[in-house]
Amino acid sequence: MGIRFILMVNKQGQTRLAQYYEWLTLEERRALEGEIVRKCLARNEQQCSFVEHRNYKIVYRRYASLFFLVGVDNDENELAILEFIHLLVETMDRHFGNVCELDIMFHLEKAHFMLEEMVMNGSIVETSKANILSPIQLMDKAS
Amino acid sequence: MSGPSLMDSLFQRTLEDLIKGLRQQLIGEQAFISKALEEIRKEIKSTDLSTKSTALLKLCYLSNLHFHDMSFAAFHALEVLSSPRFSHKKIAYHAISLSFHDSTPVLLLITNHLRKDLTSTNEFEVSLSLQCLSRIANVDLARDLTPEVFTLLSSNKLYVRKRAVAVVLRVFEKYPDSVRVCFKRLVENLENYDPQILSAVVGVFSELACKDPRSYLPLAPEFYKILVDSKSNWISIKVLKIFAKLAPLEPRLSNRVVEPICDLMRKTGAKSLLFECVRTVVTSFSEYESAVRLAVGKIREFLVDEDPNLKYLGLHALSIVASKHLWVVSENKEVVIKSLSDPDPNIKIESLRLVMAMVSEHNVAEISKVLVNYALKSDPLFCNEILGSILSTCSRNVYEIIVDFDWYVSLLGEMSRIPHCQMGEEIENQLIDIGLRVKDVRLELVRVARDLLIDPALLGNSFLHRVLSAAAWVSGEYVEFSRNPLELMEALLQPRTSLLPPSIMAIYIQSAFKVLVFCLHTCFVRGGSTAGVSASASYESFDDLSIENGAGSTVAHGQTCTSAPITNESIVNLLKLVELALSPLLGSHDVEVQERARNLLGFVDLIKLEALNSLGQEENDSEQKGVEATKIIRLVHDAFSKELGPVSLSAQGKVPVPDGLTLNENLGDLETICSDIELPSSNTFSFGYPSEEKDVSSFSNLQIKEDSGQSNESTSLLAEHRKRHGLYYLPSGKNEVISNDYPPANDPALQGDNNDTASDLVKLTAESLVPKRKPNHSKPRPVVVKLDEADEKPVAVKHPESRDDSLSGAVRDILFGSEDILPTSSRSNLPSSNRKGKEKQHMITQVESKENVVGDGNSSSRRRKDHSHGKERRHRKKNAEERNETDRKEKESSSNHPRRHKSRQRAEEPLKVPPQTSVIPDFLL
Repeated sequence: MGIRFILMVNKQGQTRLAQYYEWLTLEERRALEGEIVRKCLARNEQQCSFVEHRNYKIVYRRYASLFFLVGVDNDENELAILEFIHLLVETMDRHFGNVCELDIMFHLEKAHFMLEEMVMNGSIVETSKANILSPIQLMDKAS
Repeated sequence: MSGPSLMDSLFQRTLEDLIKGLRQQLIGEQAFISKALEEIRKEIKSTDLSTKSTALLKLCYLSNLHFHDMSFAAFHALEVLSSPRFSHKKIAYHAISLSFHDSTPVLLLITNHLRKDLTSTNEFEVSLSLQCLSRIANVDLARDLTPEVFTLLSSNKLYVRKRAVAVVLRVFEKYPDSVRVCFKRLVENLENYDPQILSAVVGVFSELACKDPRSYLPLAPEFYKILVDSKSNWISIKVLKIFAKLAPLEPRLSNRVVEPICDLMRKTGAKSLLFECVRTVVTSFSEYESAVRLAVGKIREFLVDEDPNLKYLGLHALSIVASKHLWVVSENKEVVIKSLSDPDPNIKIESLRLVMAMVSEHNVAEISKVLVNYALKSDPLFCNEILGSILSTCSRNVYEIIVDFDWYVSLLGEMSRIPHCQMGEEIENQLIDIGLRVKDVRLELVRVARDLLIDPALLGNSFLHRVLSAAAWVSGEYVEFSRNPLELMEALLQPRTSLLPPSIMAIYIQSAFKVLVFCLHTCFVRGGSTAGVSASASYESFDDLSIENGAGSTVAHGQTCTSAPITNESIVNLLKLVELALSPLLGSHDVEVQERARNLLGFVDLIKLEALNSLGQEENDSEQKGVEATKIIRLVHDAFSKELGPVSLSAQGKVPVPDGLTLNENLGDLETICSDIELPSSNTFSFGYPSEEKDVSSFSNLQIKEDSGQSNESTSLLAEHRKRHGLYYLPSGKNEVISNDYPPANDPALQGDNNDTASDLVKLTAESLVPKRKPNHSKPRPVVVKLDEADEKPVAVKHPESRDDSLSGAVRDILFGSEDILPTSSRSNLPSSNRKGKEKQHMITQVESKENVVGDGNSSSRRRKDHSHGKERRHRKKNAEERNETDRKEKESSSNHPRRHKSRQRAEEPLKVPPQTSVIPDFLL
């Protein structure tokens, strides 16, 4: 399991999307998100994007008001995860057109779906924007 | 509660309404949510699937972002799942993968839904169910759906196939026997050239190889091909991860792989791939000098980069190299040290680790000095990080790297004065530990302790209390090294000690007791009776107190060095001081403090009158009048002067069995009789005070021996006792004995070894005549007491999970061809599914034999094992041709023949040859 969880959190520390690849109870999740948000949001632009937390690592990146936080195993490639985050943002950008926090709020399910296209079982399965978006576009058309 | 009406469904709030509503609530968010949840509970019972699914969707939202429990909707999710409409299904799957886990009760009911969707013609439905399976699969689901997943592994729809590949990981994990069915097809997917499939399958293998790399060695040729051919950085990174695991197992493999990795490192423009190459080289190819040099060059580029990410990773890579090639770190020393003041705390910590990796016994002093300076300047968090790592590095392996303990002890004192220091507990432990272990440092230790105690400002800092407690203990225990016990006494009894917590207060009082006894003893022994001299052989040198070593320059170890002489008036003052300081404590709420204060005051009462009298009358009558007091003082002093040595955890085992003691007879009965007196016996064992009579102690040893032989109960008591007094035991794990061992308390072999101590003292006093210089580096390292530890160390062998075991076992069976041996568990427990699996296997093998063009003629009879060989051979040929390496080819083909022969042999007797040892080398390129 390379990726353990993906979080999107806004500047105020509110979770906007949470995807876990291992089962955690609500209480564990609440505690985890609280700790991580406190740790990462306090950091500034000049600091690096990797934070060690418990027995794994968090790779995060900020886009406008939204933080993308990915929890990964220690031997996962940090830079590749940063690239993955960027890809995720680009994909959403292409779909929503200049994506913002509100898009994700109101289309949470779709954002989850995109993530599911990209990541399965904690490992990245798809890295092509077109491939990720085509099923979503098909479904949009169908409904 | 009535069911939802039509009106409810008509005017149901959608998710969007819910979100909008939530956004408008500035304060009453919780109330709004609970109202919404109430609605959802109603709506979800609706018979209308759209209403139900909308309710479910809203619930997912609240659960995902607002942590509301949605387990009550598990069954409703299943109901929505059975909807024919895709949009409903999607919501249901979303809800299920968010909320189901292994102990969800309705998990059993989902199998058929999943099976139906897995076999659906709509690829999106298949994909949804695969996605869901990858999240929720448990043993049952994995077992029951293995055939469907197997079929999908060779689906001609790429979209489905890549998902099936990804889900296999979870299925394998949960139900290892599925490996027998699916592994073949998974491996086939490795040869697929479609990047989508390849990325999925490489991901699966990199996870599998993490857990048990050895099983996947035979697949090295496939991975090699991917490594060389891959265009996708992501895939390359994953393959590199696989090789990082495989290479250490097989040197020939690493010989082949190291060059392509270096090529990749030189050519790639992607930092992520570059870093992965660097990491792979420094972790798994560290013996290839040129590769390491190349990697180090890249690391340096990272280090000097502006981007903090690259800098961090550079430092991280350095810390990996550090374990094998320390020169790399020294080469980049400037950057590392400079990073200590980086604005990013993570970079600082990373560089701190590196600095600590550079520490050796030659530079520990300089490095510590630099670090302590950094600690003074930095924020509390990092300051403690620094102090913590200094403490742990220096104490590693019983202070292995410390040569100059005087320096280290004063460093400890210095560190505890740093304003942000919160490492009190660790410093406390080390101060006491060093005091116990290193005789030669006690003088300096007492000096440091005095400096700490005497400073009233320190008492106000609660983080320092632990350090002060150690200082108090040290100065009480080793008071004979003190230059001015009177001053020490004042420090211990100063009014500000009321700021201390009671437990430490108690230690202060106890230490004051020891100091007082010491002063009295000194005074009385010096003051007159000849009896005192002979009684305390160890303090004969008090007679020479006339040597007033004012500056303390001729301080000698083992000898008292009181610079301020203890006079009669000072004793009187001392007693007054004690009474003054402690009388208020008689009313203390803490029993420990109260009791110790009472002890000390009682002692003062006991001797005060006589002591004062005898002092007052000077020489005249003292022999008669003071004799009572002298006796008491001597007695108590003796009680305190017995050395408290560290006790080995396994000391008990060293007690020899006395003659005539049979340990194996009838002691089971004793256990019940003695059970209530065992606790005291274990206590006497660990704290042997000299007041005990010798035969008593030997009795207790005897008893202990019995205990250790017979009674579990008492060993558990002992263990408990050790836990409580862990400080006085040394950690186990040392096997070397150092000659100058302290007598472990109550060890009869060493007990009463007075001759030795006497001769030691003679030696020490002789040494003391030689003027000592200030300690420097030329000074030999003092003896650090380590105890001979038996193998009592808790066995820390990590037992691999049985599941993993069976998984890799299954994988090996497939790859190495011992498929005839099925694990007994699968045979006995799951006969039906197993049979199914077996049928499938037959099917595969038949299919395979048709596909396999190069395969031998008799392959069908020899089943899969030979297929793999046949295939391997095919690969080898291909590879050899591709590369046109004639000499290698020759070598290979020459090695081919015996192998072919061997494989045939093995086919006949598959059980006797341990497969992995003989097969692996042949698969290499």
